[in-house]
Amino acid sequence: MVGITAYGGYVPRRRLPRSVIVEANGWFNSALKGYSKGERSMCNWDEDALTMAVEASRDCLDQSRPDDIKAIYLASTTLPFTDRQNSGILGTALNLGQNMMTMDITSSQRAATSGLINALNVAKGMGGSALFATGEHRRSQTANNNEMMYGDGGAALLLGNDEIVAEYIGAGQIAVDFVDHYRGQNADFDYNWEERWIRDEGFMKIVPDAVQAALDNTGISADEVDHFVMPGTIRNIAAMVGKRCGINTEAARDNLHGVMGEAGTSHSLVMLVDCLQEAKPGQVIMVIGWGQGCDALVFRATDKLPTMANRKGIKGHLAHRKEETNYNKFLAFNGLVQQDGGLRSETDKQTALTTLYRNKEMVIGFVGGKCEQCGTVQFPKSRICVNPNCGAINTQENHKMAETSATIQSWTADNLTYAPDPPHHFGMVNFSEGGRMMADFTDVDEGGVAVGDEFRMVFRIKAADEKRGFNKYFWKAAPKVQAS
Amino acid sequence: MASGIKDKVAILGMGCSKFGERWDCDAEDLIVEAYQEAMIDAGIETSQIDAAWFATAIEEVHVGKSGVPLSVALRLPNIPVTRVENFCASGTEAFRGAVYAVASGAADIALALGVEKLKDTGYGGLPQRGAGPLNDMIRNNGSAPGGFAQLATAYSQKHGVDMETVKKAIGTISVKSHANGAKNPKAHLQKAVALETVLNAPMIAAPLGLFDCCGVSDGSAAAIVTTPEIAKSLGKHELITVKALQLAVSNGQESGHNSWDGSYFLTTRKAAERAYKEAGIEKPRDQISMFECHDCFSITEMVTMEDLYISNEGEAWRDVLDGFYNADGQVPCQIDGGLKCFGHPIGASGLRMLYEMYGQLLGRAGERQLKDPTFGMTHNLGGQPHQNVSSVAIIGRDGA
Repeated sequence: MVGITAYGGYVPRRRLPRSVIVEANGWFNSALKGYSKGERSMCNWDEDALTMAVEASRDCLDQSRPDDIKAIYLASTTLPFTDRQNSGILGTALNLGQNMMTMDITSSQRAATSGLINALNVAKGMGGSALFATGEHRRSQTANNNEMMYGDGGAALLLGNDEIVAEYIGAGQIAVDFVDHYRGQNADFDYNWEERWIRDEGFMKIVPDAVQAALDNTGISADEVDHFVMPGTIRNIAAMVGKRCGINTEAARDNLHGVMGEAGTSHSLVMLVDCLQEAKPGQVIMVIGWGQGCDALVFRATDKLPTMANRKGIKGHLAHRKEETNYNKFLAFNGLVQQDGGLRSETDKQTALTTLYRNKEMVIGFVGGKCEQCGTVQFPKSRICVNPNCGAINTQENHKMAETSATIQSWTADNLTYAPDPPHHFGMVNFSEGGRMMADFTDVDEGGVAVGDEFRMVFRIKAADEKRGFNKYFWKAAPKVQAS
Repeated sequence: MASGIKDKVAILGMGCSKFGERWDCDAEDLIVEAYQEAMIDAGIETSQIDAAWFATAIEEVHVGKSGVPLSVALRLPNIPVTRVENFCASGTEAFRGAVYAVASGAADIALALGVEKLKDTGYGGLPQRGAGPLNDMIRNNGSAPGGFAQLATAYSQKHGVDMETVKKAIGTISVKSHANGAKNPKAHLQKAVALETVLNAPMIAAPLGLFDCCGVSDGSAAAIVTTPEIAKSLGKHELITVKALQLAVSNGQESGHNSWDGSYFLTTRKAAERAYKEAGIEKPRDQISMFECHDCFSITEMVTMEDLYISNEGEAWRDVLDGFYNADGQVPCQIDGGLKCFGHPIGASGLRMLYEMYGQLLGRAGERQLKDPTFGMTHNLGGQPHQNVSSVAIIGRDGA
């Protein structure tokens, strides 16, 4: 038996009410006014598909780092690197070691579900665990409908053969080059065709074929499906498709349009995680992935599902919410406006790849040192112990610090330094296992920081080297997110 | 135990350019301006200088590296010129090099000159610069005021002094420095300000407002040093000698070990303890006549008043509000306006402070002259509160 052994989710904290978009762009595209209900999630300036995948994976792994992970998959169409393996960065950030397969899966909204089917099959044959992560940072032109429909988010699943919380029963797959939208090699934005055609010729005809294939392959009947997880921005599309397939109307899951929008490739798994957070043991879940054909995966929740209650998942992150009513921030954070960063922003941000390679565990994995002689934890790891009463040489072992709590000792809100979201908050944080650092803060509000606050470290973009197309990543301190 | 520097070296002459936004000047102009004044004061010729130390901190925005820029600007006769850089203590480092050269007997007369031409960057504040490829990957973003502002949160927390009182005390520090600067024709900012203006100024890095931050200026300052014997042979009778020269440098403890609470400068305390010992000063609050501390930010000055053991720990804010550090107080601080108003051309600042102490000791300070000072102390702090260099120098009347 193979299946999901743990899940995690991530949704950025900022939510942009659609009414704010209508207010800004309704004068130009009056059709937007029909979509003004609800809100969409939006990445902070320092978030992208990779950082969201890291967060979802951390939620999924819940501080444990299983030693039997044999593969890491990362599915997305908005990965920060076209030619540098993004799943490798994910693995380094999670400190999962290097004896494994890592793979990026991309190029279709179906990448996550197709990748997941493959990963489950491999995990079944290979044994051990596999981490399947996804994140999508969706960009769209201003005043385009997509701006209303899209959202940012990610999800992660741990796959394996033991301690399964949702058993994988099987899948059906249909490959059809039905192009409802596309994004060419050097294009920034999606190009869409007419929605009515997509509904009638696409969803309503292709999805049922995949569903039927899945039912045939698994021996499950349509009316046994308790949760029909089907993304789609067309109103009521999941219920309409479900009905055509003989699936109970009430099984159609909320597509989360009202609270976060659609997170592209990630959205099938975002909705799956949201579903697993309320599914009951024994329930059957069908997950649809749409994009140049269709995937339909069938899972059955096991009695181990309640052991996942401490995950933040999608629900916990949805509850960790800050309304963002400044549309210009949305434009700036998504690179949709030419903003004058001022002379201070003009520093060269080249990365010395030799330095990064030598220090990848420290920079990407946030690994410090622990002196074997006196036990002092320190960051960065150094040759000579920082403890003034020790000073031992070459005694430090690697010490993973990303999952330790960080308490604020001092802080400031800096209006002078260049920051994409001023004032820039930073301060001295002390880690619960020892060690400290002057850390950048993220996801904080003016007036919302105090000495003694307990933060957690998050993997984020430190700076974007726009000249060379290279995102520099490091760890920052951010307020904790509560479990759902 | 080393015998120390006390009274082994005398100051033969000093000079200081006008500080400020010297739009019409290159670094060379500022160097020559300070040098000429120092040479006239010393009463010597260029050919009498045996060696020189040249301080500049952010050389990439003006003269570039090495001792060459000084040697060329002054057409020095191929003597040794050493360029030094140690953050904001660079000027004091140049002085230390020159003083030690004389004390060792390697040079009879040595020059220390610091310069910084900061106003060619196109924006206010200090120039942006990298810290090397690895540091740039793991160091926080943040300005100088952002780093120093955190002293205020940590100080307030540790001593239970509410932030409103801290703001008022550090605001009073700036008001005092502006009052002093208004009497200094060489100062960058020569205008008195009211406390209300200071407290209502735009926020730079919470809780530091615009008036809590020192000026970023162009300027140069120079000292010529020799032995007391040579000084006398050159006709100097009223000698000002070096009493102590100390430097303490962070080793990563504050930034990496959880023992430091963020409310004080570990290095300044160490440098001060060593300096008082070297100078034979036992009760600094009573014996130090006046001092110039590194008031890059008002909160830095307040914390430093304690770290230099003039105020008791946790009580500097009270001394400030009592006027203890005012021009007519018991121990005037920043009588020339300080970094706050005289300005802060980094490489020159340590020497500028010594210039004021030297002038006061010789009774040359004009409108802001203090009565019969004996010891003048200077202090530089470079870097950030959690990782820095701190220098303390004491000069005084020969025999004091």
